Amino acid sequence: MFIFKLIIRNCFRHPLRLLLTIAGVAVAVIAFGLLRTLVELWYLGAESSSSTRLITRNSISLVFSLPISYKEKIRQVQGVEKVANANWFGGVYKTEKNFFPNFAIDPQNYLDLYPEFVLSPEERGAFLRDRKGAVAGRKLAAKHGWKVGDQITLKGTIFPGQWEFVLRGIYRGAQRTTDESQFFFHWNYLNETLKRTMARRAEQTGIFVIGVKKADQAAEVAEAVDAQFKNSLAETLTETEKAFQLSFVAMTEAIVIAIQIVSYVVIVIIMVVAANTMAMTARERIAEYATLKALGFGPLHIGGVIFGESLAISLAGGALGIALTFPAAGWIETELSQFFPVFHVTTVTVLLDLAAATVVGGVAAIFPTWRGVTIRVADGLRRIG
Amino acid sequence: MVIPLSYSFRNLWTRRLTTVLTASGMAMVVFVFAATLMLAEGLQKTLIATGSPDNVVVIRKGSVSEVQSGVERNQASIVESQPEIAIGSNGRQLLAKELVVLINLPKRDSNKPSNVVIRGVGEESLLLRPQVRLVQGRMPRPGSAEVVAGMNIAKRFKGGGLGETLRFGMRTWTVVGIFDAGATGFSSEIWGDVDQLMQAFRRPVYSSVVFKLRDTGQFQALKERIESDPRLTLEAKRETRYYEDQSEAMATFLRIMGLALTIIFSLGAVIGAMITMYAAVANRITEIGTLRALGFTRTSILIAFVCEALFLGLLGGVVGMVCASFMQLITISTMNWQSFAELAFSFTLTPSIIGKGLLFSLIMGLVGGVLPAFRAANMKIVDALRAS
Repeated sequence: MFIFKLIIRNCFRHPLRLLLTIAGVAVAVIAFGLLRTLVELWYLGAESSSSTRLITRNSISLVFSLPISYKEKIRQVQGVEKVANANWFGGVYKTEKNFFPNFAIDPQNYLDLYPEFVLSPEERGAFLRDRKGAVAGRKLAAKHGWKVGDQITLKGTIFPGQWEFVLRGIYRGAQRTTDESQFFFHWNYLNETLKRTMARRAEQTGIFVIGVKKADQAAEVAEAVDAQFKNSLAETLTETEKAFQLSFVAMTEAIVIAIQIVSYVVIVIIMVVAANTMAMTARERIAEYATLKALGFGPLHIGGVIFGESLAISLAGGALGIALTFPAAGWIETELSQFFPVFHVTTVTVLLDLAAATVVGGVAAIFPTWRGVTIRVADGLRRIG
Repeated sequence: MVIPLSYSFRNLWTRRLTTVLTASGMAMVVFVFAATLMLAEGLQKTLIATGSPDNVVVIRKGSVSEVQSGVERNQASIVESQPEIAIGSNGRQLLAKELVVLINLPKRDSNKPSNVVIRGVGEESLLLRPQVRLVQGRMPRPGSAEVVAGMNIAKRFKGGGLGETLRFGMRTWTVVGIFDAGATGFSSEIWGDVDQLMQAFRRPVYSSVVFKLRDTGQFQALKERIESDPRLTLEAKRETRYYEDQSEAMATFLRIMGLALTIIFSLGAVIGAMITMYAAVANRITEIGTLRALGFTRTSILIAFVCEALFLGLLGGVVGMVCASFMQLITISTMNWQSFAELAFSFTLTPSIIGKGLLFSLIMGLVGGVLPAFRAANMKIVDALRAS
């Protein structure tokens, strides 16, 4: 019991220094937690993908489309349960600053394949019936103040012109991590318009989403689909949704890696600060350690006192940081929703935060402990602070 | 009476371990600060250097990049007939109708696919881009399935090297040359004959029309004429402006990200400096009392401690900037969101970034040192001398 009391008392010997160190560790833990969350966000698309969905795209690259006639052929492939087509529309709402993903989809099949977009039966029915209908995610609708029945105009960047839609439904995400900032409308509406204005680009779609019955059929189905269109004008590449999402991550991998490195740098910075604090503390108390030794306390005891103090301070900072990470993440989610539709701190991040605080406390104590343990009683007592 | 600067300096020297630890904390902050600025600078420099001020890019109205754009053949011909277009030494117009598409290529080291720009070029394309030099092999013969690759592509992507082949559009394409375009976006592109590529990709429209102006001052009039022509649904941009727009979102992201990170990090480093300086003051109470008793004023003690903190900050700043300058050797290759294509760029150090980094480190030192310095200056002589 005595040792704990000593540790606590020692912590409060320099209240200002204690406060500053705790604040420093807290800031570092917040930064680390937020950066980790940012990195996880990058992988969110891949994480929340379903293993029974496959994506078929043009094998040259995503900017090339596929003929819509492939849909029936894909449907006939053994193991395919459902096929939906989707097209990245790239429309802009008012100004380019209001970016959100918008897709032209085959509504019935697409919504069946993505059960995580939850619509009430009435809204779903209304959306399916209206060719100019559209659905938007809850967050997106809230941001622009859209209500069901509103008219929304998007300016096309890939498909020129002003495109008018009527909002027929607002979907909710089934999970906490579902992206609620997307916008979907009928592919038929896009196609019918293109037939009139740009017949060359009609009857095309960007990707097909394939639903398979069981996840272990995925590889087989993907191969069968690609084999069917081999040596055609538009060869396909079919991969699992996860692989498709990961290919996006891979393209910006350099940035993800940079953020990861930086998130560790912040821990190192605070480690240096904490080590400095502990080194100063130990230097000031060398005489005390010698006294303790003279009284008969062993090196383990002295080491325990120093380690305990260091850990207590950094864990206090860590706890404060973790407590503050949640409101900070919440603030980012509401204020910067256009960049980060979801900003959810996971349990893993919290655990890593704790681990980081522990490591900081432990590493900071190494050098002072070594000094405290190895100091000779006579030298320690002789030393003047 | 002023306390000599060497007093502050020597104090740092006496407490070497603490000084090194505190300064290295600040050095890391300055390093991150400088590195992100250098990255944003490098990105922008690369894309701005890609364009020439005399060149004009014509793309479809509303499309943000060449990849999304489409220019019909008849529209391209109308643009071709504008009188402001410069004439080259061979008597032909300095104008190229180009096709820009993206293809998926796997990287050499990781085998992960990335989007690469493939540009269908005309005979004048090379004359329009004086920064592009062929360094190996030859240019593709018109009408053949041959391409030339930029340096960054040849180095980083499978099938991009001299003599290697690429497979797309139901044909096999041989890389017959490597070109170097310095630190510009062209170094991350593959070039081939525009007519062959349009055939291969089944794309009957051009992506853009690029030409050089006879006189750079005529741009405004030409732009207005093209954009108000009812037969055309096109817009004209200066090439420099076009590439600047391409880098905007990414550079802004890097800057904001860097700024947010450094502000948070600097909090940590400032706290570190503050702890150090408070301890420096606390350890020297008797010393400060003696100085005061000798006749040094409160102001000079304040200045001495602020100087010590500034030295500390500067030390961190210099170390951080020296480390950051080594980052110039590193080239980063990532996808530019606006063009959706791979782009390689390097960390670029400019005098203004050096200035900003050092200023930042001094501010950190100042903020960390000012409160402890005030505490030192406000001590009463008697109390200070009595303290053990």
